[in-house]
Amino acid sequence: MHGNTEGKPILEVRDLTVEYDTGGGRPVVAVDSVDLDVHAGEFVGVVGESGCGKSTLLFAIAQLLSPPAAITGGSVHFQGQDLVAMNEKKLAALRWRDYSVVMQSAMNALNPVKSIGSQFKDAIMAHNEPVSDERPAEVMRLVGIDPIHLKSYPHQLSGGMRQRAMIAMALLFTPDLIIMDEPTSALDVVAQRSLMVQIKELQQRLGFAVLFVTHDMSLISHFSDQLVVMYAGQVVEFGATRAVFDEPAHPYSKGLLDAFPSIRGPKQPLTGIPGSPPNLADPPSGCRFHPRCPVAFADCPKIEPELYPVGAVQARCLLHAPGRSQPAEPAREVTS
Amino acid sequence: MTDLDTESTAPAVQDSVASTAPLLETRKLTRHFKVGRGLSRKLLHAVDDIDLTIDRQEIVALAGESGSGKSTIARLLAGVYHPTSGEIFYQGRPVSAMRSRREQLAYRGDVPMVFQDPFSSLNPAFRVSHGILRSLKLHRPELSRAQRFEEAERVVEAVGLSPAGDIMHRYPYELSGGQRQRIGFAQALAHKPKLILADEPVSMLDVSIRIGLLNLMSELRRTEGVSFLYITHDIASARYVADRLMIMYAGHIVESGPAESVLADPKHPYTDLLLGAVPDPRAPLSVAVEGDTGEPPKVIDPTPGCRFRWRCPLVVDECHTTTPALRLLGTKHEAACHVAEPDAETVSTGE
Repeated sequence: MHGNTEGKPILEVRDLTVEYDTGGGRPVVAVDSVDLDVHAGEFVGVVGESGCGKSTLLFAIAQLLSPPAAITGGSVHFQGQDLVAMNEKKLAALRWRDYSVVMQSAMNALNPVKSIGSQFKDAIMAHNEPVSDERPAEVMRLVGIDPIHLKSYPHQLSGGMRQRAMIAMALLFTPDLIIMDEPTSALDVVAQRSLMVQIKELQQRLGFAVLFVTHDMSLISHFSDQLVVMYAGQVVEFGATRAVFDEPAHPYSKGLLDAFPSIRGPKQPLTGIPGSPPNLADPPSGCRFHPRCPVAFADCPKIEPELYPVGAVQARCLLHAPGRSQPAEPAREVTS
Repeated sequence: MTDLDTESTAPAVQDSVASTAPLLETRKLTRHFKVGRGLSRKLLHAVDDIDLTIDRQEIVALAGESGSGKSTIARLLAGVYHPTSGEIFYQGRPVSAMRSRREQLAYRGDVPMVFQDPFSSLNPAFRVSHGILRSLKLHRPELSRAQRFEEAERVVEAVGLSPAGDIMHRYPYELSGGQRQRIGFAQALAHKPKLILADEPVSMLDVSIRIGLLNLMSELRRTEGVSFLYITHDIASARYVADRLMIMYAGHIVESGPAESVLADPKHPYTDLLLGAVPDPRAPLSVAVEGDTGEPPKVIDPTPGCRFRWRCPLVVDECHTTTPALRLLGTKHEAACHVAEPDAETVSTGE
């Protein structure tokens, strides 16, 4: 595995809670006491369905939330400094230089009336960093775009190239952490694959850490070191990517994994996960997954599970609660 | 494939050839779009010379990257666009010959479309029953008001939403994405269709919901006897649901055949590339380095030659001069490639 999991993480998220103010009603808790570590040079994937709070979590970490969303608890320590307590001026200095964010849709993230090069210049001018004039061309070459396109406007580039240009911009100051919100979701499968390979290569070459949010679990299976599975605002499983894929400990991770038809091997009937994700304004009692869970039992609607260690991973499932004397685990038997 | 001739209940387009001809067939179907004006006027070849057939109770998947022309085909078949040249035959009859409003209406009722985005394809100002009842009134005027309600409840239940009466009284915002897309299928189903054109019906939905809708398609094929043209960019889901798979690239069908055989033994280098890019969580960890940056071409004023030649690892001289046609290379398995090798037994049987 790349990335050293030893030592102090560069990003430490503790007990982070984000609420959306609903104006009078009960606030919607979109991110509920999330803990997360990212070590130097590590690739951490966050997966979950729409509405599970994964993008809100990422925005909260990058301090990009706008009302009605607000951080109501917890801390985000980046290289020892608490970002939550930091003022805008200090944050502005940190952004792009020490951590950068690549948004989901490069179409909307790039200014349509300015050339790529002048947008790079803006980012450089906003920081008092000594950057050589060659740097924009250098980062463009890094992501595999001819520097001639620094003169191009966003509409002259294809979707894949625009997304690459965004990544080039994120690399301007060689940050220690790049936060990515579904950067490949607007791309075709071939372009998606080649962008993922490129991100991974750059990461290994330049040594930055990546926090990668996606709804597509299969996409990051080959790229991330650690995997965080979110459901209804909570982390339901956390561990080394391979361990989670080989032996998902939480019924939700397992269901998510089984929802992908494969292009190889025997064709099997799949069921997906019945029902739909819960409304966060009124989450189910006890374990939030119990109404959709195939292995729910009597305690599930009553007791709120915590993250319990299960082998190499952690899972928020009562089946793995320490008090339970290793039950007949119906969740596992299907894993072949 | 089972060529079950479902007893045609609808008094739709009936011909003497109807029972022998494929349900739907296209010959040399072509659609060009004009781009630019004045001296820079050019032609975008969205779809070129498409020959395809869809049989009764068959699920055919059409896969390709965005811009490859797959949605244009759906719109041509649905009658949204008119072909630049070529012809669509429905149960043996050319669609262009259906001139009366009655005939056109019957065709559109028989071949409805389900759209990609369930969040914008339902009118937010009306209850979900509205669209279903309206199309029933239009396409099946023989039904009384009470029968229309009955029929609407039946189709809502057929797509797996219950209690139907309750669901029908809701507004779209009260339904989840998966439920809305089921309503989209219910609307299409209300006409007693023969072929549903499903244009990326699951791509906007969450992963855990998708399988349910794919299963719904197979179920509707069985219970309602409809065929599907399933348009998608997701090959794995195409394999899951479809009997036959067609791969499109830059306006051409480059490979076509039984889904299993196309995936197990791809003949066209583009299919190979596409399959290699599909993420498979069950596959062992490997990060292959590819030189391909994955940019599909825009087909503007094309010159003859294979449209994949700039990305093709197997390119030969002939590819630059001659556009390859689909050739039979295996059992019902065709590919449009100069280099592709046929299966040994295909040559001997000369199918």
